[in-house]
Amino acid sequence: MSDLLVNAVGRRVPTEANGKMQVPFMGVGAHRPKGNKAGVPIPSNADFPKDKRIANLRSALELSGVRSGMTIGIHHHFRDGDLTVNALFDTLADMGVRDLIFAPSALFPAHEPLIRHLESGVIHHIEGSMNGPIGRFCTHGRMRGMGILRSHGGRWQAIQDGELHIDIGIIPAPSADVMGNANGVNGPSACGPLGFALADAMYADKVIVLTDHLVPFPNVPWEIPGMYVDYVVEVEKIGIPEKIISGTTRITKSPTRLLIAEHVAQFIEEAGFLGASFQAGAGGISLAFIQFMARRMRAQGIQAPFARGGSTGLLVDLLKEGLIGYILDGQSFDLDGVRSLRENPRHIATSPFTSYNYHSKGNIADHVGVAVLGATEVDLSFQANVVTHSDGLLLHGIGGWQNTLFADLTILAFPLFRGRIPIVVEEVMTVCAPGEMIDVVVTERGIAINPRRRDLMDRMRNSRLPIETIETLREKALKICGRPAAPVRDLIRPVACVKWVDGTALDAVFLLPE
Amino acid sequence: MSVSAGRDAKEDILLELEKVESDIVEVALESPVQSLYGGHIRALIQRVLHESGVTGVWIKAKDAGALDWVILARLESGLKRLIPGFRKNLAPEKVWDFRPQVPRDHMRRSRLYLPGMQPDLMTGAALFQPDGIILDLEDSVAPSEKDTALILVRNAILAVDFGACERMVRINPLPAGLGELPALLDTDGVDTLLVPKAERAEEIGQLARYIREYLNRTGNARRIWLMPILETAMGIWKACEIGASCDGICALAFGAEDFSKDIGARRTKQGTESFAARSMLVLGARAAGVQPIDTVFSDVDDEAGLLSSTKEAIGLGFEGKGCIHPRQVRVIHDAFRPEEAEFRWAVKVKRAMDEAHAAGRGVVALGSKMIDPPVAARALKVLKTAAFYGMVPEEGGADE
Repeated sequence: MSDLLVNAVGRRVPTEANGKMQVPFMGVGAHRPKGNKAGVPIPSNADFPKDKRIANLRSALELSGVRSGMTIGIHHHFRDGDLTVNALFDTLADMGVRDLIFAPSALFPAHEPLIRHLESGVIHHIEGSMNGPIGRFCTHGRMRGMGILRSHGGRWQAIQDGELHIDIGIIPAPSADVMGNANGVNGPSACGPLGFALADAMYADKVIVLTDHLVPFPNVPWEIPGMYVDYVVEVEKIGIPEKIISGTTRITKSPTRLLIAEHVAQFIEEAGFLGASFQAGAGGISLAFIQFMARRMRAQGIQAPFARGGSTGLLVDLLKEGLIGYILDGQSFDLDGVRSLRENPRHIATSPFTSYNYHSKGNIADHVGVAVLGATEVDLSFQANVVTHSDGLLLHGIGGWQNTLFADLTILAFPLFRGRIPIVVEEVMTVCAPGEMIDVVVTERGIAINPRRRDLMDRMRNSRLPIETIETLREKALKICGRPAAPVRDLIRPVACVKWVDGTALDAVFLLPE
Repeated sequence: MSVSAGRDAKEDILLELEKVESDIVEVALESPVQSLYGGHIRALIQRVLHESGVTGVWIKAKDAGALDWVILARLESGLKRLIPGFRKNLAPEKVWDFRPQVPRDHMRRSRLYLPGMQPDLMTGAALFQPDGIILDLEDSVAPSEKDTALILVRNAILAVDFGACERMVRINPLPAGLGELPALLDTDGVDTLLVPKAERAEEIGQLARYIREYLNRTGNARRIWLMPILETAMGIWKACEIGASCDGICALAFGAEDFSKDIGARRTKQGTESFAARSMLVLGARAAGVQPIDTVFSDVDDEAGLLSSTKEAIGLGFEGKGCIHPRQVRVIHDAFRPEEAEFRWAVKVKRAMDEAHAAGRGVVALGSKMIDPPVAARALKVLKTAAFYGMVPEEGGADE
C-alpha cells in the first residue's frame, strides 16, 4: 500500500502510484522538472510503404508488437458515439494480452462495457478520466491499479515529461488517406478538431489510424500528419454521428440556470470584463451565459478578440456576426461547429498542446479573459472539486477544467444546491483547484467573490447583484437543505490520484465501501 | 389496507403506507441522496410517527430530493388517508422572518402561479422577483389531490422563503374553498386570497365575515386581502358590486380561459372575445376603488406577444398581469416601466406644480396649458413608478 504525504493544500496524497513516484503538489507554478522532453525511436522512411493499410485492427495490433503491460492511448473526439474503444479491448482480450494501462483523453457512458475488462484484468488501470459506472467501480476499490486523473493539458504534460509513455496510440479518424494523414472535419462521422490525438501521434511508439472514410492522397487538412502514422486500418463505421454531437449544447430552459447565467453576464460587465476573450463550454450555464453576454456586447458595440472553446452553433453565429474575432477550437460540440471549422478561416483548430500544456513556453489558456465553469463542490476557501460528489463517488473527469482556471477572471457558476445536496460546502471532498484559482462563485441565491481578489471586491462594491460572503452562501444552503451526513471513506486507501496541471499530486480519491 | 401520498417527481417524495400487525414502524427508503440524507429522512419520519403515537405502519418512500417541509406534508397526507381520525398537523418550523403584511394598494404588476402539488417550483419562486406568488389549490390540482395540496401549500408558506413577494393562495370556489381557510389562516403567513369563479357580492361578503370571525377567534390580528377572480359573464356583470362587497377587497382579477368558455367563444391571442369584459372589469374595479388585474398570457415562449399583451392591458387601465412561468415576470415588469417621453412630461408637470406652490398660486400651468388636478395626480403616479424603476431626470432635461 502506498504511503501518504501532506501536500501544499493540506491534502494527503500517495507518494507512489502504480510503481511511479509522485511529487506532492507544491503550490501553483512551483514545480519545475529538469531534463529533456520524452522522445520516440528514430524511424526510417525505407521501412514504410506508400500504402500503410493493414487488413484489420487485430493485425495492426500484432504488427505493433502489443503485449501485456503496455499502455494504450486514444482520443475522445467521438464522445458517446465512439465505436472503437469497446471493440479495441474486446480484440485485445481475445489476443490474450493483460494488465494494460488505458490512457484515453476522456471516457463516456458508452464505455461502460470496459468494466468487464477491468474485472478480468485485461485492463490494469485507467489514466485520464473515469466517469459514471467506471468511476464508481474505481471508487469502490475494484480497479487493480490506482486511477490517475489528469486534465487535458495534464495529459500532454505527462506524456512530454515521461510520466506517461504511450506504447500504442489508436487514432480513429473521420477522414484519412493511405499515408495516414487524418482530419476530423470530413466524412460521415465528422467530429471537428482531432487535437486530442496529436500527442498520441507525436509520442506513441506505434500509431494506428482507423477510418471509415478513406480518401485519395492528399487528405487535407492533415491535422494528424501521416508522417507520424505506422498503420492505417479501414473499418465499416467509426462513430455514431448523432451521439458524437454532445446532447448538452442546447441552451438550458431551466429558469434557475438562466437566472444564474444572467447574473454571470451582469457580473462580467460590471467587473469591466465585457469584451474580454472568453472560454466557451457546452453545458447549461457555461453555454447560456454567452447569449446574455453577447446581448450586452451588442448593446454597447463591443467585440471580444477571440473565444476559446468548445464550438457550438451559438458561438459560430457570434463569429459570423463579428462579435468575436476568432474561435480557437479544441472540440466541436455540434455540426454547426464542425462546418464552421471546415469553412471559416477565423475558426482555428487547436490542440491541448497549444492551449493548455504546462511544458510549453506559454499557452493559450493564459491569454483568456473570462472562464465560466461548473463544479461539483466549492468550499469556504474557494477550493473546488469537479471529479467527486459530496457522497464520495468519483463520477467525472477533469477535462480542460483545470487548464482554463488560468483565465484573468475565473467564475464558477451553479445552483446553490442540486437535488437537496449543497454545492457550497465547508471543505471539498476532493481538491481539483487550489482556492487561489477561483475568483468568483455565482449562484441563483447569491454571489461570492474570493477575498484574494481585492480588485474585484472594490469594483463590485456598488453592484445591485446579490454579493455575499462564501460563508453566507453556505449558511443559506444549509438552511434550505439541512446538514448532510459525511460519507465514511477509507482514508488510508487511495483509489485514484488527482494531478495538478504540472503533474504533481493535488489530492486523492479514497476508497468508499460499497 | 394501503394508501399513497406525494409524487414520484423532482424534489418530491412518494409515500406508500400500509397498516401492519406489529407495534413497530418500518421505513424503506429509496433516494438519490441516500448516503447524505437517508439517515436524516428515516429519523425524521420515525420521530414524527413516535411523537404522534402512530405504530404498526410500514412506509415505503421513493424520494427525489424532497426537503423536510415536503416530506412532512406528504407524511401528514398519507397518515390522514390511512388513519381516519388522524388530526395532527405536521407543520415545519417557521424559519424565515416574514416581512410585514403588504398594504391594500400593494404593487401587483406580476403574480406568479405555482401549482399546489409541485414543491420544486415553490422553493425558488421568489428568485424571479414577481410582485406576488400564488400557491394554487384550484385548477392546477386534480380533484383527488385537493387534500394533499392544501397541506403542502400550508407547509410551503411556513418553510419557503418567498422574500419580498406578496404571498397569495388561490382557494377553490366557494363554498368548498371555505374548508381550506383554517389551515391557511393558521400559518399567519398569507397576505391575500384569490377567490375563483366569483359571481355574487353576498358570497364574498360572507367569506370576509368568516375570515374576520376566524381570526378573532384565534386571536390573530392579521388582515387578509381578497382578490375575487371574475371569470364568468355573471361575474363581469356584477364587477362593481363584488368589488365593493367588503373593505378587504384589494383587486378584481380577470380569468380569460373560463370566461371564454362561459360565453361560448374561443380564446384567441388577440383577446377580442374578452375585450368588452376586460373593460367592464376595469370600470367596475375603479368604481369600487380596487385594482383591476388582468389574466395570464399562456404562450410562455412568445415574449413579444406577452409584452404587447401587457402594454395593451396597461392601456386599458389594468395594474397587473398573471404569469404562469418565471420567464414572464421580467417582461411584464418591463412593460410597466414608464416610457421616456411620459417620464419627461411628468417631471415637467411636477416642476410646474412645485413652482406654483412656491409662488402661492392655486393654478398650475405648463406653458400655455392648464394642469387639472387629475392630470397632476397622474403625473405624480408616473413619477412614483419611474422612481421605483430607478429612472432619473436628465440634467436640464426638464426645462427643454
